[in-house]
Amino acid sequence: MGHGTEFRAKTKAQYQYDRHHNAVHMRKQVVNFAIMIFLTFLAFTVVVADFSPFFIKPLILLLAGIQVVLQLYSFMHMDDKKGHHIGVIQLFVWTGALIAFTFFITFLTIIWW
Amino acid sequence: MEETKFTPQTWPDHPEQATMEGKNKFVGIWIFICSDIVLFASVFATYLSLKDKGPAGMEFSAAELYELPLAFVMTMLLLTSSLTSVFAMYHMKNYNFKGVQTWMIITVLLGLGFLGLEIYEFYHYVHIGFGYTQSAFSSAFFTLVGTHGLHVVIGLVWITCLIVRNARRGLNLYNAPKYYAASIYWHFIDVVWVFIFTVVYLMGVLG
Repeated sequence: MGHGTEFRAKTKAQYQYDRHHNAVHMRKQVVNFAIMIFLTFLAFTVVVADFSPFFIKPLILLLAGIQVVLQLYSFMHMDDKKGHHIGVIQLFVWTGALIAFTFFITFLTIIWW
Repeated sequence: MEETKFTPQTWPDHPEQATMEGKNKFVGIWIFICSDIVLFASVFATYLSLKDKGPAGMEFSAAELYELPLAFVMTMLLLTSSLTSVFAMYHMKNYNFKGVQTWMIITVLLGLGFLGLEIYEFYHYVHIGFGYTQSAFSSAFFTLVGTHGLHVVIGLVWITCLIVRNARRGLNLYNAPKYYAASIYWHFIDVVWVFIFTVVYLMGVLG
């Protein structure tokens, strides 16, 4: 398979801009990480704090959902418009998630309800 | 393959997708992950259906079995290892191979810590009589969490091989996509764990 590519030296201004851009992007990632840690703390705290399960269960599922979207779009770069076939990838991931959801519904309804 | 010696100035913006092979690897790892989502969905669905189910008079229940402090430490280890592999990718963009290797090694160490705790947890369960064949509940639990653990093992072997194999090679457009794919896979392991600690441990403790 091809390993070749066209490349050229960046100008000094472009290089500095890109370095800066990367650093800013990394700082955003650290903020996202802090949010994920906070959401995890929150999830464990509400369970330990012993609120009503009818309140806790939807809440921690929602927190998990937010965390997963953060992971996918921030850490795994699904928001990167320059990604090769990124539209197809997004379609596949969400279709996979949809199939996953139908599995839960199917198993739970057929077997126990 | 002819070697091109890069400098930070000539290193492309998206080194992992600068070549045809890099583009293919990027799409390939994602298609693998999409199919893995479906695999985990089926073991999750099985676990939810069989939770707390077993022979009459079974003494084990999710509410009494799980220990939250252990699950919390495991979650923190895996979540942090996710961030450290982001740091590795940041250094890859800046053509800093030492940074890539260092952060990947830290990622592996955190992953090993996670794996050690998981082995301890499984050992503890088997020790108190909650073995794989004990009940439908135990089979479903070990299959779900064990499948995730297996993914962690594969990820650790994969990343370790990358670190060792490329140690003297330096960063180029041939191995940049390899590191990138491994880091995407590692994040996915974390994504699955987010659901495991929520659905298995937290909701298990709730009963």
